[in-house]
Amino acid sequence: MQTRLTPEKQVDLYYYMQLNRQLEERLVRLFRQNKVVGGVYSSLGQEGISVGTSYALEARDWLAPMIRNIGALLVKGFKPRDIFTQHMAKVTSPTQGKDGTSHFGDLKVRHVVSPISMLGDLIPVMTGVAMAGRYLGQNIVAMTWIGDGGSSTGAFHEGLNFAATQRAPFVLILENNQWAYSTPVSKQVPLRDLADRAKAYGIASKVVDGNDVLAVYETTKAAVDECRAGRGPILIEAKTMRMKGHAQHDPAEYVPKPMFEFWKSQDPIARYEAYLAENKIWDAKRKAEVDARIERELDEDQRFAEGSPLPSAELAKEGVYCEGCHTVEAQWERAKKEVMPPASCIDAIWKINEFGAFAAKQEHIPRQASTGNGMKPAVQVPASGSAQPVEVDIDKQPALRVPFGRGPKDRAFERERQEKQPPPKHRHRHKGRRR
Amino acid sequence: MPEITMLEAIREALFEEMERDPTVVALGEDIGVYGGAFKVTDGLLAKYGPERVIDTPISETAIVGAACGMSYLGLRPVAEMQFIDFIACCFNQVTNFVAKSHYRCGAPVPMVLRGPSGGGVHGGPFHSANPEMYFVHTPGLKVIYPSTAYDAKGLLKSAIRDNNPVLFFEHKFLYRRVKEEVPKTDYTVPIGKAIVRRQGRDLTILSYAAAVHTALEAAATLAKEGIEAEVIDLRTLLPLDKETILASVKKTNRLLVVHEDTKTGGIAGEIAALVCENAFDHLDAPISRVTGLDTPVPYSPPLEAEFLPSVEKVSVAARELAKY
Ligand SMILES: Cc1ncc(C[n+]2csc(CCOP(=O)(O)OP(=O)(O)O)c2C)c(N)n1
Ligand SMILES: [Mg+2]
Repeated sequence: MQTRLTPEKQVDLYYYMQLNRQLEERLVRLFRQNKVVGGVYSSLGQEGISVGTSYALEARDWLAPMIRNIGALLVKGFKPRDIFTQHMAKVTSPTQGKDGTSHFGDLKVRHVVSPISMLGDLIPVMTGVAMAGRYLGQNIVAMTWIGDGGSSTGAFHEGLNFAATQRAPFVLILENNQWAYSTPVSKQVPLRDLADRAKAYGIASKVVDGNDVLAVYETTKAAVDECRAGRGPILIEAKTMRMKGHAQHDPAEYVPKPMFEFWKSQDPIARYEAYLAENKIWDAKRKAEVDARIERELDEDQRFAEGSPLPSAELAKEGVYCEGCHTVEAQWERAKKEVMPPASCIDAIWKINEFGAFAAKQEHIPRQASTGNGMKPAVQVPASGSAQPVEVDIDKQPALRVPFGRGPKDRAFERERQEKQPPPKHRHRHKGRRR
Repeated sequence: MPEITMLEAIREALFEEMERDPTVVALGEDIGVYGGAFKVTDGLLAKYGPERVIDTPISETAIVGAACGMSYLGLRPVAEMQFIDFIACCFNQVTNFVAKSHYRCGAPVPMVLRGPSGGGVHGGPFHSANPEMYFVHTPGLKVIYPSTAYDAKGLLKSAIRDNNPVLFFEHKFLYRRVKEEVPKTDYTVPIGKAIVRRQGRDLTILSYAAAVHTALEAAATLAKEGIEAEVIDLRTLLPLDKETILASVKKTNRLLVVHEDTKTGGIAGEIAALVCENAFDHLDAPISRVTGLDTPVPYSPPLEAEFLPSVEKVSVAARELAKY
């Protein structure tokens, strides 16, 4: 895999993956000692996805982790102590014991939205984050993850469809780890590549080897860049395997042994270590240093968590409402007057570029084979000015910063309309009340 | 001051808040070019443009989810349910994501979710609902249900400026039926404060939304018979104005709760418990309820009339209570 990452950053990827893995191994031990209050959801074998994807984001960007994305939280700057204390329900945890696992965030500094258990719900929420970032002129990208199973929820479809209609700068990582609790992916989704779900929304998608951290990083980086340039949203399917049960309580006896064996040979950290050695990015000494650093940090933070108290009971009543404890402030990076009258005023009418009739001559929209459809949607646009109904390529539509009624396409349409005879009645004019 | 309808008052609040604060944005189905199914948002798009007035797909979960995400960046989105009945489609986003956000991770969600609700217009089982109690049962939300144009405007402004998620129910029977003088100047009505609509000494009638007008009409009838009913408009259901409720009960010693929502699990039950816990000794009669039937809201006019609380039903219950 070609990468533009410096050797130092390549070692950084290893650091985060290994930190992720060692942290979870400690959580398992703490779980067995009854020191974890709830469950432990392993991301063993999937560390390359959490780390490789989030590493492609910038500090200003936003993410929302799912339960197996502890690695992404570490990349965003949270410390192992945050994860330890969350699992152990300590008052020193980011939620002070009100919620567990990876269910915490930080809106102000790290730009992390706290997930909830209900699968799929983050997708519309992060769509809103992406839209708000664009509205405020921040030029951010929003990212979240979803499982193969979670991609069958209604929220997934509503969210991704809305993101697509808005061209939101939003990257969705679909972690296909072959299992949703005890159900194999084939019973969840009748597709070989779940990335093909993107076709239904007319957006770009990619399939990547989720156990190759550099491939994950590079694919995601390209997608993040595309989104930042106004060509989002993008769906990335990362193929991987859940190497443990659904959580600690589940021995995963329903998974065929050879399947585990195959995927064991694909372990992302072992593969990456070999890559780093082969390409002389590091040597044994450097690896030993990094490993020692990880142990040191984990020792310290585990000690901190174990020594922390549980919250006092009175805390249960507190914080249902914001009663002045938080300030709500938007960070404007464009002039507010751009979104205020008179700049914001438009003619409130629809411009309809295609009339939607059946196009006999046109081939059915060609789709590429199911190995992911590349960064561009497969929809081809006939030359403009054709009398045929025009397939709208949403890729080519102006990003929403351009109020409709003013974009280049609309001007072209207006010109064409004036040149030719009056069009059929297609406008629903509604006289907006101007004030 | 010109007289305006409740619908116009709500619209004015939206215009004024969008003018006052560029972080206020609106989203929902058909709210832009069309101006909303009831024309509440008419003209907003023309003035504030498509970045701030967003026509969405028919995806209630996406609407509420996106509004929540926007609020995390400091926007104050006002999301519309085309009919409040459709809030059932995004129940999860509202009750699990939005409502719990501040409590569990300190992330305030300053959004408003508003929409036309209630019966009396022959909307049938899916366009007449009063689903407020699902949300009154959800800590973290605020629930407002006004009965007048003045309150609707002032409360919607308060809701938009609040740092918490607020559900704002707009009784569609009242949209164009109640009219009053509403100031053009900026004013707000505080969330969580009930108001005494009519002073009385013999019994208290607690109500909210369209049923307030039923209660007031009944009170006028009762007055002719010498029964002086105090009528209180709750305005906000969550948080409930316990002080005003208890003060009135302590004064009149008799309580009748009137609401259009169904009886079982309606707020009357909660208020009855509140009064029993805090003012039992002041009661001279059992607490009485006049509510919607425990059925879906039926379509045909005689069936719907049977469902709804009426002046007659309220008067009968009030007379019983007064002579107990
Ligand atoms: C909406 C919803 N339904 C059910 C669950 C219970 N549940 C939690 S995780 C899970 C399996 C998820 O599988 P997948 O999306 O593939 O993610 P993975 O666990 O493999 O990472 C289920 C059914 C849930 N959290 N949310
Ligand atoms: Mg899975």
